[in-house]
Amino acid sequence: MTDQTAGGVVLAADGTPLKASLNRALRKSRIRALLLVAPLLLFILFSFLIPIFDMMFRSVDNWHVGTLMPKTSAALADWDGKALPEEPVFAALVADLQAGAKSREIGKVGRRLNYEKSGMRSMVVSSARKSKRLKNGPYKAKVLKMHKKWRDLETWTVIKRNTAPYTIGYYLNAVDMKYDKNGDIVMQNKNRRIYGKLFLRTFAISLAITVICVILAYPISFLLATLPLRYSNLLMIFVLLPFWTSLLVRTTAWIAMLQSQGVLNDLFVFFGFVAEENRLQLIHNLTGTIIAMTHILLPFMVLPLYSVMKTIPPTYMRAALSLGANPVVAFVRIYMPLTLAGIGAGSILVFILSIGYYITPALVGGTGGTLISNQIAYHMQSSLNWGLAGALGAILLFSVLGFYLLYNKIVGIDNMKLG
Amino acid sequence: MKKILKTTLGSAAIAIASLAISGIATSAAQAGELNVVSWGGAYTASQMKAYHKPYTSKTGTKINSIDYSGGLAEMRAQTEANNVTWDVVDVVISDAITGCDEGMFRPIDIDKEMAKAPDGTPASKDFLDGTLQSECFVPLIIYSTVFAYRSDAWSGKKPTSINDVFDLKKFPGKRALQKSPVNNLEWALLADGVPLAKIYDVLDTDEGKDRAFAKLDTIKENVIWWTEGAIPPQLLADKEAVFGTGYNGRWFSAIAEEKQPFSMLWSGQVLDIDGYVVSAKSKNLDEAMKFLKFATDTQRLADQAKYISYGPARKSSGPMVSKHAELGIDMAPHMPTAYADQGFLTNFKWWADNADEMKERFAAWLLQ
Repeated sequence: MTDQTAGGVVLAADGTPLKASLNRALRKSRIRALLLVAPLLLFILFSFLIPIFDMMFRSVDNWHVGTLMPKTSAALADWDGKALPEEPVFAALVADLQAGAKSREIGKVGRRLNYEKSGMRSMVVSSARKSKRLKNGPYKAKVLKMHKKWRDLETWTVIKRNTAPYTIGYYLNAVDMKYDKNGDIVMQNKNRRIYGKLFLRTFAISLAITVICVILAYPISFLLATLPLRYSNLLMIFVLLPFWTSLLVRTTAWIAMLQSQGVLNDLFVFFGFVAEENRLQLIHNLTGTIIAMTHILLPFMVLPLYSVMKTIPPTYMRAALSLGANPVVAFVRIYMPLTLAGIGAGSILVFILSIGYYITPALVGGTGGTLISNQIAYHMQSSLNWGLAGALGAILLFSVLGFYLLYNKIVGIDNMKLG
Repeated sequence: MKKILKTTLGSAAIAIASLAISGIATSAAQAGELNVVSWGGAYTASQMKAYHKPYTSKTGTKINSIDYSGGLAEMRAQTEANNVTWDVVDVVISDAITGCDEGMFRPIDIDKEMAKAPDGTPASKDFLDGTLQSECFVPLIIYSTVFAYRSDAWSGKKPTSINDVFDLKKFPGKRALQKSPVNNLEWALLADGVPLAKIYDVLDTDEGKDRAFAKLDTIKENVIWWTEGAIPPQLLADKEAVFGTGYNGRWFSAIAEEKQPFSMLWSGQVLDIDGYVVSAKSKNLDEAMKFLKFATDTQRLADQAKYISYGPARKSSGPMVSKHAELGIDMAPHMPTAYADQGFLTNFKWWADNADEMKERFAAWLLQ
């Protein structure tokens, strides 16, 4: 190959500039790499990223009133909110209600407004039905007669607030806040505050499970990594067997074990630890959730710990001992720091999995052991309040990201090792 | 552009979500086929024997039976994505009201489109009073949420009313209640001395709500909360609880088929209605309406009661209810409709307005 230079540009053998030729070669390999990852990329895009963005969009989307009651929205634009609106607003309202009753979509407005104030659903739906009979104005007196809530100033404040295309109402709801009568943001009534408590409880339980998992998994992993192969293989099967068993089976098995007429309580009574009439309540509460979830998530801690411990040469410990450290000091100062990467990886896995856990708390949690994900599922499936479900989900997502950043800052994500 | 992007993203996400929710991709029924959705288990089995099979042999239309676990999430996802594959859906009335308001279901002219009673009574007069609460909904069965208790729990004493459920001294032991304010608030007021007819008037006031929660407070420590209908009979069978609320059909199979030592406490039973709706955007609308007319006629509803202990929703079906097809038990005394005077019908309209607030309050109360 001869190096030719033309005006300071290095040329390749075929006369094109070397830089361009190199780029072409690199582009080919880049395209090939892209094609190789494309199936996964598309899968993640459609099954993960788009749904997440869609749910996050729903948590602020507020199209209902503006789209389905366009005339009322326009007429309310310069209402000052000090007294009931005047005739033009009522005329617009009747026109919207009539159109909504005809298209059979007015119920969506009713449901949206009912999230803000109980009772507005039936006000909207029943008024829409009655509005079919209203032929000519003036409408104000007739509408006020249709439902007593139309005479309430707050009704109009709520409607006007929700003519805006976007809302923070779902997020307020998700952090136990609300708009009061005058449209100011205040804390939710004491007897309706749940989400804040549930978020805190979810984080606390996840943290507790992570800590218990570390404590339980560390000795097992140590044994697994140091025992001769024929024993450690058997032990490994004991770890993996539950891992391969269906989640539901394991959860139900715990119910059979822990319930007050269950195996464990029977044994306690048999050996006289507890009296027949004071059998322990181990399930349908916080204890049950923690026990079952710890058991289910334990392999996620054991496996990364094991794979890290397996790579630590036994000579390190022997060296420390021969240099005069006693076994405890050698373990704490030499062995443990080397396993930190495994603890980090295991902890992050267990913590993040338990934050989103859903089936086990639903089955064994009772009232004391349910988590925020159970509320999200409830709003997705039963109450159909997808905006609130989206807001709760987004808060959960961003707090996980927050924890991740915090972890990165304290431990450093590069110090994590899965194997 | 933004709108287009939003719609495309939205419908893609919904299509995927609906796949995820249903678990399997159900495709739209072919011509000459119909997708009929119901609750699964013994209930769907009774419908297949009473409605699907006779309909297929009469018309040749194949019926694909799909199971779901209730709720409108899937229906809403299908409707929003404009890809409705479920033609006829078995829903509880509260879901029918919500879905009808949102335009998911087709309104039905009950007299013109549904079958008359054999004696010529128009359908709207033949369905039991109070069951036609939504213009999209054709009732099939009356079921009830009702208390049952272990007959061997207290020697010599037998609970006779809801008051006894709240009486921990006389009838000690755990109570298995549904983890929902629906029904529990009503029972609490009933036990607190509110007459049946006044329950929802009292519940509509702030004091009434406080009163219901205060009454529930008295037994809170002794309650196991259930979420799946199969759980309460299990809890009683395991002696985990002595009282339980549950669907009367589940109690019937525990008592009649599995010979469990349970007794029914019909007093205070809450009647509820279950029935069919038709998707407004169904691709087989004509066929779906034909099936609906056939399945909800007097004979079909009476036939279903041979296989399951839920009361038919038509007056004219009542006298035709006979013996259980396999067990040979006379079914009439196991129908909740036989004890209708001891219970009450849920006020669905009140709950449609107040469910959001009451469920939050209930969840907060549980956490206290």
